[in-house]
Amino acid sequence: MEAATHTGFIVAAYAFAFGVVGGLTAWVMADYRAQLRKLTALEKRGIVRRSAPPAGTIEQAKENA
Amino acid sequence: MAIADLANPTHFLKFANRAIPVLGGLASIAFAFGINQAINSPDDYQQGATVKIMYLHVPGAWLGMLGWGVMTVAALGTLVWRHPLADVAAKAAAPIGAAFTLMCLVTGSLWGRPMWGTYWVWDARLTSVLLLFLLYLGVIALWRTVEDPSRAARAAAVLTLVGAVDLPIIKFSVDWWNTLHQPASVFRMGGPTIDPALLVPLFVMTTAFTLAFFAFLLAAMRNEILRRRVRTLQLMQAGAVS
Repeated sequence: MEAATHTGFIVAAYAFAFGVVGGLTAWVMADYRAQLRKLTALEKRGIVRRSAPPAGTIEQAKENA
Repeated sequence: MAIADLANPTHFLKFANRAIPVLGGLASIAFAFGINQAINSPDDYQQGATVKIMYLHVPGAWLGMLGWGVMTVAALGTLVWRHPLADVAAKAAAPIGAAFTLMCLVTGSLWGRPMWGTYWVWDARLTSVLLLFLLYLGVIALWRTVEDPSRAARAAAVLTLVGAVDLPIIKFSVDWWNTLHQPASVFRMGGPTIDPALLVPLFVMTTAFTLAFFAFLLAAMRNEILRRRVRTLQLMQAGAVS
């Protein structure tokens, strides 16, 4: 009876913890894709850093992401 | 590649691109192993099965404090050496540390209700961890409020160094004050007081969460470097148009 009552607390704790890990994973991946997308758009408009890698490098990184 | 080379953002990006999948893969393996061990670990003689919450709560507490520790070292890098990668590390660590501190608070609350009869008490340990979470939110708000990254970095660095005072308070709160929270049972003089049957799963889960923490940190730093490049290019574009 006691164990059954406490199961809810244990499951809720694990669900929250893995929600945190999943949320952080989704956040870093979505942010990475968003930054690569913006860099690609700027590269296509010809706006590149002086020390930028050869054209198409960002596009390649985007495909790998 | 020498460690000093990582201070160069381009070299750091190359390193991060290689290290993130490795750390992520190792964390996944450690999680699979740790969860299996947590499920099969024995119940505590007093706390029953709720002791399994410890395998989440303790790593959350450790990484919440580690996150602020990383930010404190980075804050020194910002204020003393004015290194831009230190700003990047500090900014990237804040949301990750906040997430793990929140995990510590929520799992602790879910553990406290069946064991203490309450989700929350204003004792020194719980309150000092809540303060750490609020400090994280303050630093994140500061980064978002100040538009110029170098100015934001200096302001956030000062707040981070002030907030670092909370770390020893969290650690020693259970010794300095009479708290409902138990005293230290893992990191203490004389060694852990926990039975190895519970300590081994705790160690594996802590390792898994720590590997995940560093994978997230490197990924968030990589994103921040790219965000700054986007900002620089957008400013170049705006300058060319005007």
